[in-house]
Amino acid sequence: MIDPNLFQLICFYAFSTVAVVSALAVISLRNSVHAVLALVLTFFSTACIWMLAEAEFLAIALIVVYVGAVMVLFLFVVMMLDIDQERLREGFVRFLPVGLVVAVVMLVEMLGLIGVRVMHAQTLGANPAGASNTAWLGKALYTQYLLPFEIAALILTVGVVAAVALTLRERTGVKRQQASQQVQVNPRDRVRVVKMAAEHPADAAPAQEPKP
Amino acid sequence: MITLSHFIVLGAILFCIAVAGLFINRKNVIVLLMAIELMLLAVNINFVAFSRFGHDVAGQVFVFFILTVAAAESAIGLAILVLLFRNRSTVNVAEIDSMKG
Amino acid sequence: MQLSTSILLTIALAPLVGCLLAGFLGKQIGRAGAHSVTILGLLVSCGLAFYVLYSLVWGGATNYNQDIYTWFAIGKYSANVGFLVDRLTAMMMVVVTFVSLLVHVYTIGYMADDPGYQRFFSYISLFTFSMLMLVMSNNFLQLFFGWEAVGLVSYLLIGFWFKRPTAIFANLKAFLVNRVGDFGFLLGISAVLYFLGSLDYATVFAAAPGLVGKTLQITANTQWDAATVICICLFIGAMGKSAQVPLHVWLPDSMEGPTPISALIHAATMVTAGIFMVARMSPLFELSDTALSFVMVIGATGALFTGLIGIVQNDIKRVVAYSTLSQLGYMTVALGVSAYAGAVFHLMTHAFFKALLFLGAGSVIIAMHHEQDMRYMGGLRKYMPITWITMWIGSLALCGVPFFSGFYSKDAIIEAVGESHRWGSHYAYFCVLIGAFVTGLYTFRQMYLTFHGKERFTVKAHHGHGHDAHHGDHHDDHGHHEPGVLEHAPHESPWVVTLPLVLLAIPSLLVGFFAVKPMLFGGWFGPAIHVNEANNVLGELGGEFHGALSMALHGFNPIGPFGLVLLAFIIQTYIYLFNPAMAGKVKSALKPLWTVLDRKYWIDDIYFAVFAKGGQKLGRLFWKAGDAAVIDGVMVDGTTAMTRRVAAGMRRLQSGYLYQYAFAMILGLILLLGGYWLFGSMPAVQ
Repeated sequence: MIDPNLFQLICFYAFSTVAVVSALAVISLRNSVHAVLALVLTFFSTACIWMLAEAEFLAIALIVVYVGAVMVLFLFVVMMLDIDQERLREGFVRFLPVGLVVAVVMLVEMLGLIGVRVMHAQTLGANPAGASNTAWLGKALYTQYLLPFEIAALILTVGVVAAVALTLRERTGVKRQQASQQVQVNPRDRVRVVKMAAEHPADAAPAQEPKP
Repeated sequence: MITLSHFIVLGAILFCIAVAGLFINRKNVIVLLMAIELMLLAVNINFVAFSRFGHDVAGQVFVFFILTVAAAESAIGLAILVLLFRNRSTVNVAEIDSMKG
Repeated sequence: MQLSTSILLTIALAPLVGCLLAGFLGKQIGRAGAHSVTILGLLVSCGLAFYVLYSLVWGGATNYNQDIYTWFAIGKYSANVGFLVDRLTAMMMVVVTFVSLLVHVYTIGYMADDPGYQRFFSYISLFTFSMLMLVMSNNFLQLFFGWEAVGLVSYLLIGFWFKRPTAIFANLKAFLVNRVGDFGFLLGISAVLYFLGSLDYATVFAAAPGLVGKTLQITANTQWDAATVICICLFIGAMGKSAQVPLHVWLPDSMEGPTPISALIHAATMVTAGIFMVARMSPLFELSDTALSFVMVIGATGALFTGLIGIVQNDIKRVVAYSTLSQLGYMTVALGVSAYAGAVFHLMTHAFFKALLFLGAGSVIIAMHHEQDMRYMGGLRKYMPITWITMWIGSLALCGVPFFSGFYSKDAIIEAVGESHRWGSHYAYFCVLIGAFVTGLYTFRQMYLTFHGKERFTVKAHHGHGHDAHHGDHHDDHGHHEPGVLEHAPHESPWVVTLPLVLLAIPSLLVGFFAVKPMLFGGWFGPAIHVNEANNVLGELGGEFHGALSMALHGFNPIGPFGLVLLAFIIQTYIYLFNPAMAGKVKSALKPLWTVLDRKYWIDDIYFAVFAKGGQKLGRLFWKAGDAAVIDGVMVDGTTAMTRRVAAGMRRLQSGYLYQYAFAMILGLILLLGGYWLFGSMPAVQ
């Protein structure tokens, strides 16, 4: 029987390897669509790592919100826009060393700052959430963090409105129903009742127009 | 045995990859936006880890909010991108310099 | 009996009300309205001033000394507006308001055609107010206020015809020269406050004996006597205002102003403010023999040497102006020998006869259609008899002919200088004695050139048109027309001009006779003037005084001032009446001397070259080096240039490229992390 701790560790390394490799793919792939898909993979593996950390709700939320909504949005945009991919990749090789140097320096600094050894002592103890991570998070959200939660909802609404407002454009030459005008229509404006004398086939005199 | 360091180091690596992505893809706005998403993800990993190891729900609540704000941000960012492409027919950052002083 | 505060306030404020009405509502009330309100104000003021004098002298009123209003208070010191009215003040008030009233009346005639009629009346009423505040003050600060206010009005009035460049030059000159004096005056006032801790006259004079022995540390080894410093500083103020050598240069130029102004401000009242001030400060001046000697020498120098210049002047007003300088010198000499009463007495008589002379000169100028050059006059006596007679009265008074008012004051001064034993009094005596001779020379020359002898002007044939049309623009066209050619024959001036002449001729004739005994020898001024027993030259003279009549009879002494005046009379009569060619001969015989006098000892030129040009050079230096180079170039333009340069650099940072901003952010993050890593403490992890 395999040690559960060891299994967890193996899983962690597996998922993190996938996450890191796919993240590298995000920044290096030529095709934007591929890059988006690589990002989706990164999110997936990260969600799995969060599962290992017993943050189940967030892991699912990440998949639902990010992979399901945001990434699809990215895909839409990337596919909708007719982007000249080749030109956008110019200078990739030229900037590679700079990017690598900056990234490595930063990583070294971060790791040095974190103090890997000190934190190595922190092991995964009992789950503070108890049985249900969702309940734990939900209680906090709807009691202690209710106001920020509402504000977050407001931000989302504003985001939606803003996105619509930004991309909306008035097209010329589009026919639309004008509901208010339709409601206000008066039959007298449209229909005119004309009174005329009965036809007398005998005399072929023209019909007399009534005086308006 | 997974320790806190594992998560933190993973977050740092992902963050640095995102930074490198910012530098390498300095023309494609879409990739820039994706790099920013990657950064947020790295930060979120840290939050989750600290929440789990520090026995504090605040970290996970914060991740929740970050997800919210990030979703709104990417929606607006993409809307701007669409608008930009509609007007300039490009997403090349090097050509977008009307804010030049 | 106590004088009423409201009466005193009315005296001071009535002219101010007239001034404001004429000044601000001049258009609405018109010319007649303007002169009516100002003259009414002056009438009220003058009548009440006479009443105050009467109450003090015969009515048994006590001296008035009261603060009326507190302007501000700083710590222990409070600046008050208050009145000190004793006999000295009352006499000054009467002189000021009386002469001012007559000048107001006279102005109706003199300025009849001037477009600035209302403005002029407003100014002279303002002057009267300022002068009254000056003389009625009971503290140094109010004195200084009045001092500056009269200076301001003097400036405004010298430049009354502000379209003439010469007038602007003259009023600027007067203003600047007075600044020099005022600076000394201000230092003197500050010194009074520093040593005596108060600016109130009564307090200061009571504490004055305490000044003896006090010194002012100048350098480690130099100490100046406090009383001397105070007195000389105050006197420098008087030198500016009363046009004493070497600050006298502004007074002759001030004749650019209208003649009524010359009479009121630059002869009768304002220029005597310095004399009044020193007389008022007699308790201080008595403490310092050095200061008094200084005063005396300055005065004596002025008395003689400015009079000499008067001999060679051709402008009728300038002759009178130099005569004023000379007479102010006499007054100052009297102050210097501690004969304060003599100085103030001469101030009063001089005010009457000098105002008379100026107004008479003005009357001549009107008749000559604003021609002021005496070389184009002559024989005017048959055209304008009243002016002629009154001018003669004034001239004789000026020369000090016995029985005329000037005799009593001037003779007393000369005698007092003779009695004095102060350092320099021999020089002063010599100056004032010769001065009497010089006075005779220029006075008779002026009278003969103006009123006697051949007519040196011609009257243009009457063209029959445009009498009125020409009448309107006198002030604009004078100076342009051919000299000595008149549009119309000269004629006597209207009654508004001659009435003041007559009213001034009466005191010029009589006031000395009646006032000499009480004012000079009777201790009339009481405590207002303080003289140390050792310095009391007038007291010594008083022993020989046996009434005004005998003094006058005694004055007909051929060995003495009268003899000198008689000699001058004979010389000038011979030269100008019987042998006109002689004048030119004398002039060419004494060519170098004449040049010296004509150039006014080159004092003006020196001032112009040294102070004016030097000031200009200094100003130019500061302008070029300080203002243009440092302030404009380095500081103002430098700031903008620096801002522009920095902004140009910063602008390059604002490329507008998103990735550069991101790069900067990341760089900052790296630096921050590196800083934490290297210098910071480890974040605490539980």
